[in-house]
Amino acid sequence: MTILKLAIRNLRGAGIRTWLNAVALSFAFVAIIFGQGMLQGMNKQVEDASTAFEFGGGQYWQNSYDPYDPLTLEDAHAPLPPVLDSLATAGKAAPILVVAGSMYPQGRLKPVLLKGISPVQKVIALPTAALGDTTEELPLLIGSRTAASTGLALGDQVTVQWRDADGAFDARDGRVVEIMHTSVGTVDIGQVWVPFATLQKLAGMEGEATIVTVAKGMRNTPVVEGWNFRTPGYLLSDLRQVVQAKSVGQTVMFSVLFLLAMLAIFDTQVLSVFRRRREIGMLVALGMTRARVIVLFTLEGALHSVLAVMLGTLYAGPLFIYLNRNGFTIPGMDTFGYALGDKLYPAYTAGLILGTTVLVFVVTTFVSWLPTRRIAKLNPTDALAGRGT
Amino acid sequence: MKNGGGVEDSVVVSTDKLVRTFRVGRSELVALKDVSLEFHRGEFAGLVGPSGSGKTTLLNIIGTLDTPTSGTATVLGERVEKLSPGQAAALRSRQIGFIFQTFNLLPVYSAYENVEFPLLLLGLSSAERRKKVTDALEWVGLADRAKSKPTQLSGGESQRVAIARAVVKRPELVLADEPTANLDAENSHKILQTMVGLNRDLGTTFIFSTHDEKVIRYLRRKISLVDGKVANDEARSPNTD
Ligand SMILES: Nc1ncnc2c1ncn2[C@@H]1O[C@H](COP(=O)(O)OP(=O)(O)OP(=O)(O)O)[C@@H](O)[C@H]1O
Ligand SMILES: [Mg+2]
Repeated sequence: MTILKLAIRNLRGAGIRTWLNAVALSFAFVAIIFGQGMLQGMNKQVEDASTAFEFGGGQYWQNSYDPYDPLTLEDAHAPLPPVLDSLATAGKAAPILVVAGSMYPQGRLKPVLLKGISPVQKVIALPTAALGDTTEELPLLIGSRTAASTGLALGDQVTVQWRDADGAFDARDGRVVEIMHTSVGTVDIGQVWVPFATLQKLAGMEGEATIVTVAKGMRNTPVVEGWNFRTPGYLLSDLRQVVQAKSVGQTVMFSVLFLLAMLAIFDTQVLSVFRRRREIGMLVALGMTRARVIVLFTLEGALHSVLAVMLGTLYAGPLFIYLNRNGFTIPGMDTFGYALGDKLYPAYTAGLILGTTVLVFVVTTFVSWLPTRRIAKLNPTDALAGRGT
Repeated sequence: MKNGGGVEDSVVVSTDKLVRTFRVGRSELVALKDVSLEFHRGEFAGLVGPSGSGKTTLLNIIGTLDTPTSGTATVLGERVEKLSPGQAAALRSRQIGFIFQTFNLLPVYSAYENVEFPLLLLGLSSAERRKKVTDALEWVGLADRAKSKPTQLSGGESQRVAIARAVVKRPELVLADEPTANLDAENSHKILQTMVGLNRDLGTTFIFSTHDEKVIRYLRRKISLVDGKVANDEARSPNTD
């Protein structure tokens, strides 16, 4: 207690230097939380959106299906196994048939994936209900990005072509019945959604599917022969890698900031031990052991982190709370290439803030302690005479 | 030997064939040689001698900041060479006050806080601290400068604060290493008169080092050191006009 009081007095006495160090450290503290919060927010937002619009509680992939190899699509369809069929009937799964095809908006060829999905499904958040309204023409559901790149508007007619089960080309006129806005690019770009049963018939793949997406939160997914179950974690791993890659760059940035702040404190401590050696001698003469003097000096250094956290909370706290609630827009956010949405809501979680605070405390204390070790070797009589280091 | 008015005659410090050598490069420097001395409670004694004669070295050993190379030093019943750092620190913090020539005060503390410091180490309550610090500042005539920082005090005032800090815990023993070396005549006399008064009123034992004639006038005992040896040890009638 006494030592804490003394340390606070000494810090106060050191004046501007203390504040400079604390401000520098608070920048690092705030930068870590700001950056990490943004990443965590991105991560969560991306995962939430992808889960809602695409992955649900995981997907069964027909054995031959490989999203990275379009050539496998020809074989990637099989009769829907009864287990999965009954899940779909119960509303707990949405089977999807994927067929390679193309569109001819304004006479130009555009390769697309035709995806058949039941208009009544509620497993993923796609507005598939719109596909149930029309009967005559092939109803098409596309995303806003595809609409923009093809120039298609709501109600437009467009020729759609595909290869059927026998490899023969077939075509039909379709009409855009819905243009959806989604942050999940992978259900939009190059995708055309059509009614499940219609596509099965047109492609000659009756009763067949390529993917079966199960409802979010479903446990105990059955093992189905000929189908691989992909967990949400597996499906999200690509996205996570993108965020990870961004996180590495950021980690480097705030590590440098943190390092600079730590250097400043280390430097202050080295200088302090050197310049205050007479004072150290005096403290020992007054009845402190050198071990206690070390604790005192370490505490003085470590207290910078308390000041830094207080300062950071003061100037960045309100900003964080605001951003957490209201989010913010990054210009050109759509071009990030993954599901961010219009606004980014950073996630400044208690865990993140607490973790960063502890990290800053621990590292600052360690860095503060390092230079004080020489006090243990300092002879009090030498120190009093101003000799020695 | 004469002692302070009515104080019981008991040994506070004794040394026996005390030797302290320093290694300087390849050779050995003998700073103290066969110093055998006794100091009694309530003494007002001075170590006098030219520069390098070993005054500071002896005071450091008596103050448990240093240990003898050979021989013994007994301070307040404790053998200096046998004390652990923790025990020595405890002894200093309770029973020994120090006054140095310069750099006496903790720079970032006010006069009040400097005087309070030893009491904080002793863990006294804030009420006790306030009373003792106020008393001590009054003894040295600086009650009105309690809030001043060392940089705002003159050399003489700083030394008086240092005296207040040395005596605030009512130690048995005060060690003062050339306390007046940086002061003018007037301040030196004030300081000495303050210490004489405290010695008389509190019965505290004072041991000085000095080569200042002004100080020597106040001593009741003058120990002359030459080349680390006691050359002369005489009782005196102080002349304190
Ligand atoms: N740590 C040390 N290392 C080497 N030599 C030392 C050390 N401390 C003291 N000495 C030497 O011991 C001798 C006595 O020193 P000391 O400081 O006790 O003298 P002093 O009487 O206090 O002198 P002054 O009047 O100048 O303060 C001197 O020759 C000094 O150089
Ligand atoms: Mg000396």
